[in-house]
Amino acid sequence: MKKLSARRRHPLAALVVLIFALAATGGLYAVLAPAGEAKADASAQSLAIEEGQKLYAVGCSSCHGSGGQGTSDGPTLVGVGAAAVDFQVATGRMPLQQPGPQAPVKPNIYTQAEIDQLAAYVASLGPGPAVPEPSQYNPAEGNSAKGGELFRTNCSGCHNFTGQGGALTHGKIAPNLHDVDPKQIYQAMLTGPANMPSFPDGVMPEQEKKDIIAWLEATNSEAAPSLGGFSLGGYGPVSEGLFAWTFGIGSLVAAAVWVGARTAKARKS
Amino acid sequence: MSSHTESHNEVPDRLSSQEREEGAVIVAEDPFADPGMPPHEHRIQDIDERAAKRSERTVALLFVVSMLATVGFIVSYALIPIDQITYIWPFGDVSALNFALGSTLGTALFCLGAGAVHWSRTLMSDVELVGERHPVEASPEVKAQVLEDFAKGAEESQIGRRTLVRRTLYGALALVPLSGLVLLRDLGPAPGDKLFHTAWEPGSLLINENTMQPLRPEDITTGSLTHAMPEGLDFHDHDFHAQIAKAAIMLVRIEPEDIKDQQSADWGHEGILAYSKICTHIGCPAVLYEQQTHHALCPCHQSTFDLADGARVLFGPAGHPLPQLRITVNDDGFLEALGDFEEPPGPSFWERG
Repeated sequence: MKKLSARRRHPLAALVVLIFALAATGGLYAVLAPAGEAKADASAQSLAIEEGQKLYAVGCSSCHGSGGQGTSDGPTLVGVGAAAVDFQVATGRMPLQQPGPQAPVKPNIYTQAEIDQLAAYVASLGPGPAVPEPSQYNPAEGNSAKGGELFRTNCSGCHNFTGQGGALTHGKIAPNLHDVDPKQIYQAMLTGPANMPSFPDGVMPEQEKKDIIAWLEATNSEAAPSLGGFSLGGYGPVSEGLFAWTFGIGSLVAAAVWVGARTAKARKS
Repeated sequence: MSSHTESHNEVPDRLSSQEREEGAVIVAEDPFADPGMPPHEHRIQDIDERAAKRSERTVALLFVVSMLATVGFIVSYALIPIDQITYIWPFGDVSALNFALGSTLGTALFCLGAGAVHWSRTLMSDVELVGERHPVEASPEVKAQVLEDFAKGAEESQIGRRTLVRRTLYGALALVPLSGLVLLRDLGPAPGDKLFHTAWEPGSLLINENTMQPLRPEDITTGSLTHAMPEGLDFHDHDFHAQIAKAAIMLVRIEPEDIKDQQSADWGHEGILAYSKICTHIGCPAVLYEQQTHHALCPCHQSTFDLADGARVLFGPAGHPLPQLRITVNDDGFLEALGDFEEPPGPSFWERG
C-alpha cells in the first residue's frame, strides 16, 4: 500500500486510474445490463444488416444509390421489402448485367446466406413484405380449381391461360411459369417485380395465392401430366390452328393426291 | 371375285383395237391437234390373278384390323380407369384412356379408309371413260312441244276464264311472303340505349373479383392491379355475362404526382383510378398492365393505353381511351362509384360517334 501511495503522483497514475474506472464501469454494465434473447437476435440482425450493407455497396449501389435511395439507373429500394430482394437475387435477375428492357433470369452468384443479409439490409431501409414462410406457399394446401379461376382473372392476360408467358411492349416479356419455385411465384405476386403489378394480401389473400400456386403446380410443371399428349406449347388457338392447317390439312391434301395418282402399271406386253 | 378378275383379264384384248385407233389420230395440218386418249395401261392386278388375290387379301386385312381396333376401343373404354397416367414415348405422361381411345378409333377409321382406297386403286376398274358434252340449247322441236303443252295446260286449267280463281290465287300468293316478313321482327328489339349504360350506379360498391368483398382504398397499394365489378352482380344471374361484359373494371394506384391528366386524377381517389378493362377496339380485356410505365396493353392487337394520362391511346388500333369510372369513398370507408361511365365502354358502334 505504501508502494502504491508512493507512486500516486507518477505521471501515468491518472491513466491507470482511468483504465480501472472504465474497466469497472464496463464490467458492471456487462453484469447488470438485461442480456436477453431479444438482444442476441437484435445483434445477429444488426450483423446481417451490416454484412448486407457491404454486399449492397459492392453489387447494388451503383444503380440503386449508396443508401437505396435510387438513381436515374435504378429505382429506390426503400420499402420494397425482403421478399423483393430474395426474389430478384435468387432468380439471378439482380444484380443487372447490363441495362435493357427487362432483367433476364441468369445464374445466381450469391449464397442463400448472402441473399438473406442483402434482404435484411434492404428491409432495414423501410417496411415492406417479408420473405414468406414455406407454409404460406405450400401447393398441397391450395385448391387448384379455384386457383385456375383466379389465374384466368388476374394472371392470364400477360402469362397466357396456361402460364406459358407472352410478349409485352418494347421488348418486355411476361415469363413462362413452367416449374418456377412456388416461393418465387408467391414473392412475385406479393412484390410485383419489374413491370408486373403486385397483388397484395388486401386484394388477393394468402390462401388465394396458394390456390394459384397449386393450379400452376398441377398444370404447368414437370410433374404435371400432359393429358392430351402433344400440347404444341400450350399457346392457344393460333399455334394450334397453324399446326392443323399446315400439317393436318397438308397431309390430307397429300393423301388425296396420292389416292388419285397413277397406280402402278404392269409392264407393257 | 374370281369372275370379276376374269373379266379384267379379258379387258386388254377388247380395248386394244380401240386404243390403237385413238392413239393413231394424226392431223398433219393442225399443229395443236387433239392427241386423243393415251393408250390404256393395265395394272398388274388386271392381268395377274395371283396379284389380284394378293390385293384382295391386303384389303381384307385392313378391314379386319379396323374391326379389331373398334373392339379395342370398346375394351379400352370399359377397362382403363379415367385417371390413369402412363408414360408413352414421345408424348410423355399422358392419360392412358385418352391415348387408347384415340389410337384405336384412329386406327379403325384409318384402316377402313385405307382398305377402300387400296381396293379402288388395285381392283376396281380404272378404264378411262369419255363423257361427251352436248349443246345446252334444246332442239326447236322440243321447244315447240313444251310451249304447246304449256298453252294446252293453261287452256285446260281454265285460268283465263275463271277470273275469281285467278284473282284469289294472286292474292294468296302475294300474302304468303308476309309470314316471313313478320318473323324478321325476331331480329330485334333494337339495342336502344343499352350500350350506353352499364350496371354501375351512383353508390355501387366496388367488389373485388377475387374475394367478392367490397374494396377499401387501403387494400389497393401503389403498383398493384385489382379486378372489380359492381355490387349486385351475381355469377349465377342469367344476364351476368351480358352485364360484366360492359361493367368490368380494373383498379390501379398511381402516385398522384405521376398522374398527368388532372381530370383523371379528380375522378379517382388518392391516386386510385378505375378504368373499364374492355378494349375500345374490339372488346378484348386490355389488362396487361405494366406498373412501372403505367401502360395497359391489349393482347389482341397491341393497343396501348397510358393509365397515368386518362388511358390515352399510345399505340394500336383502338379509337378511344378506356372510359374511366368516377369513384370515391363512402362513410363506411368502402370505395364506391359516383355513377355510370361518362362514355359507353367497349368497342365503337354506329350511334356512339
